Amino acid sequence: MATTEVERRRGQLAALSIAAVVIIVGVPLWWRTTETYRAWLPVNQINELANLQLQLSADVEVVFARGTVTPEQQKKVPTQVVISLCLFCSSPLEADLSLHTLSESPCGSLVVYVIPESSTLLPEDVDVYIGQRRTALLRIEQLLAHLEPRIKQVLQVMSFSHTDITAALSDRVRLSPGNKESIADSMRAFKSSPGYEITFSLLNPDPKSHRVHWDIEGAVQTYIQPLLTKLAPLANFSIDSQTLYYAMLGVNPRYDSSRSAYTLNSDSLAHVINPVEARLGSNAASSNPVLNFLLYVPDAHHSPLHIHDHKKQEVLSNAFHSPRWGGIMVYNVNGFYGPEAVFPVDININMAKVMGVFLAQLRLLLGVQSSAPPPGFLVAPCSSTGLADWELDRLMWSRTVENVATATTTITSLAQLLDQIGNIVINDNIAQQVSSAVTSLQLAVAELEAGNLGFALQYSKEAILASERAFFDPSLLHLLYFPDDQKFAIYIPLFLPMCVPILLSLLKIVSEARQKRRERQAKKD
Amino acid sequence: IYLFTYFFFLLLYIAFMLFIVFDNAGQFFSSGHTNNWAVLVCTSRFWFNYRHVANTLSVYRSVKRLGIPDSHIVLMLADDMACNHRNPKPATVFSHKNMELNVYGDDVEVDYRGYEVTVENFLRVLTGRLPPSTPRSKRLLSDDRSNILIYLTGHGGNGFLKFQDSEEISNVELADAFEQMWQKRRYNELLFIIDTCQGASMYERFYSPNLMALASSQVGEDSLSHQPDLAIGVHLMDRYTFYLLEFLEDIHPASKTNMNDLFKVCPKSQCVSTPGHRTDLFLRDPGSVLITDFFGSVRKVEITMETINLTDPINPVNGELQIRKYSYVDQLPVSEIIHQKPKQKDWHPPDGFILGLWTLILLVFFKLYGMKHLKHIF
Repeated sequence: MATTEVERRRGQLAALSIAAVVIIVGVPLWWRTTETYRAWLPVNQINELANLQLQLSADVEVVFARGTVTPEQQKKVPTQVVISLCLFCSSPLEADLSLHTLSESPCGSLVVYVIPESSTLLPEDVDVYIGQRRTALLRIEQLLAHLEPRIKQVLQVMSFSHTDITAALSDRVRLSPGNKESIADSMRAFKSSPGYEITFSLLNPDPKSHRVHWDIEGAVQTYIQPLLTKLAPLANFSIDSQTLYYAMLGVNPRYDSSRSAYTLNSDSLAHVINPVEARLGSNAASSNPVLNFLLYVPDAHHSPLHIHDHKKQEVLSNAFHSPRWGGIMVYNVNGFYGPEAVFPVDININMAKVMGVFLAQLRLLLGVQSSAPPPGFLVAPCSSTGLADWELDRLMWSRTVENVATATTTITSLAQLLDQIGNIVINDNIAQQVSSAVTSLQLAVAELEAGNLGFALQYSKEAILASERAFFDPSLLHLLYFPDDQKFAIYIPLFLPMCVPILLSLLKIVSEARQKRRERQAKKD
Repeated sequence: IYLFTYFFFLLLYIAFMLFIVFDNAGQFFSSGHTNNWAVLVCTSRFWFNYRHVANTLSVYRSVKRLGIPDSHIVLMLADDMACNHRNPKPATVFSHKNMELNVYGDDVEVDYRGYEVTVENFLRVLTGRLPPSTPRSKRLLSDDRSNILIYLTGHGGNGFLKFQDSEEISNVELADAFEQMWQKRRYNELLFIIDTCQGASMYERFYSPNLMALASSQVGEDSLSHQPDLAIGVHLMDRYTFYLLEFLEDIHPASKTNMNDLFKVCPKSQCVSTPGHRTDLFLRDPGSVLITDFFGSVRKVEITMETINLTDPINPVNGELQIRKYSYVDQLPVSEIIHQKPKQKDWHPPDGFILGLWTLILLVFFKLYGMKHLKHIF
């Protein structure tokens, strides 16, 4: 009897200890080994980012020329008065150039020079002259009350306006579109990207008749490179060029006898690009957006070729562009040789004319061009680089805001995704990229508030790079979708045979203990 | 009076501006996209699934014909039917019996082939999470103004699609992938077409905006194949895609047919199964969506009105940049592949085997005839 008692005791101890090992050691071990490694993410900061408020400030310096303010007003308005201003210069352009010697304004700031109403510097109907750098000449009446709204208007043209910023934020906040112009603008310009590839292609469908030469290296160096060097803080540009022979347009031009020329009307232009695009190469190594600029020299049988717009009028530039793709220009060469010429004829292309068109298209596609200035404004003609300083500032403002918006969207959606799918492994490098993106974003927002445009752009670029790298990391693939019934199906054959005896023996122990207690109760009574 | 004239001129000016603006920007508002992409996937392998490859290739053909270039098409074919050992007409894939239409042609660019077509690669292409070494042709480089067409075909079931006979993608994963694409604004509008059994179950779980889906059969129905070809020995195409191809052959890049006509393709009388579609997530009215918005690539163009006057002369390029001539390196070591006369090798003393052989011969000789003959040698 005693041995069975001992045996039973031993059995109970064994069952209890096995159950203890399973619960205390086994379950945590299983939990530990099957959990996915998830590095820590700054979730609080990311949630804060979701409710980010952007504040943009631009430094404006207002300089009054002599004769604009009376001495009493001078006491009221705490601004600097300039000593000498070339009010007798013959044109506002000269005045502008002479003002540059005074000071170099940093990126993002503006200087407005107020000149008296009686000054003859500006033409009659023009009140504001916007220079090539970051200066503006403002002619104002004696009343200073008009000053503030005028300066606000100047700021809207030269720095940023409400519509620009809402367009840049369209990634984050899908507002109802302002007007048709802004929709067209937003569809035309390429989105902010760390790099762009520009390809110049010469299409010669008729090498038997025309032997076309173009000095593309020199032209790029002289005309395009200055613009791209100026845009260097925004993105990296890589340029290449090619010549394609026997590349035809996909459309047949119609012969117009009244003008004795072949015409392409605007409806058929849309179908020109596709057949050609298949033959244009692209750099296989990079994933940057590509801008294609094509120069088409029509064949001898279809020369001259003119492009007509909707009103059947000839287009002066003989070129058209496609949003987010590039531009095509038709260059007629039939004027260079007479009917008695010996084919093939050597033709040298006037690169200045061609690059003038391509540069204008490049400005449009990169988002530089804005809508027409308000009435009473005169804008200085384009400088040799093709880009005025304030246009660059304008682009930098909208790009910075766009970068901040995109990076915020990326980070918040990544955090949401990682939160939702518990099975994704979050490696250390992803966590590090996310943290650095969050830090850069906060710095960018702070710099925007302070008005340091250059630093803000730099931080926003870093934020975008880090957030894209984190979002598109190849390891974040959530192929681990396990529906619950599949999980049960896997675990039951493993654990059930082991757990059943343990559970049953535990139950037996519990029932025996209860029985003993009942007996003791009965004995007491 | 001033105010009145001012207002009048203001109105005139606004009307004029609007006219110009509308003229310019008018064509933008039919749809909000500037480029088109297509992802065409055939998920099944083995010779008897010839029809799935033919399905995908016929959609590829239509899409190319309507203007989308190869650089914007990601074509995934799980098996090679054109060069299969059992194909009696090698290098061809026919879509109609009597070999009327060879959809393989001579201009096919397959981006993912054979065993590269996996659920993982498909999801990577959609979400963009590809390793940095992936070339451009294997990526879906769409942006927020891209319209994407996604076509899947193969064997499917209620809520899943089978890849390569060994794995499957579920409708939840697909819906999540589309949501990730939406979060990163990788599409403007997306058209999803699936031709499998119980295809409608695959679009049940979508929840992202701007998705339109078409399927060849409802849950519980099988999609049937069209007709076998006795010379090739397999079914050539599935019914739904056969009638879809017939419909698309009538479309040309300038046609104005809209999506409502696409929904009518292959009614129950022709298809035996009931095709279904889903448009509740799509913002525009399907009647205003052109077929070429997804299947073709009609670019928007603007006339360039302004030019820049450039007056600087071109700087002659310095002599430092001399023109370097490049030549191809020997890609294949042809001389080593084709037999040549072996090079003159230096003389080596005879090695082990020959030495041993001669020693054996000598020993045997002298054993036989006795040692006295040795003196003839020395």
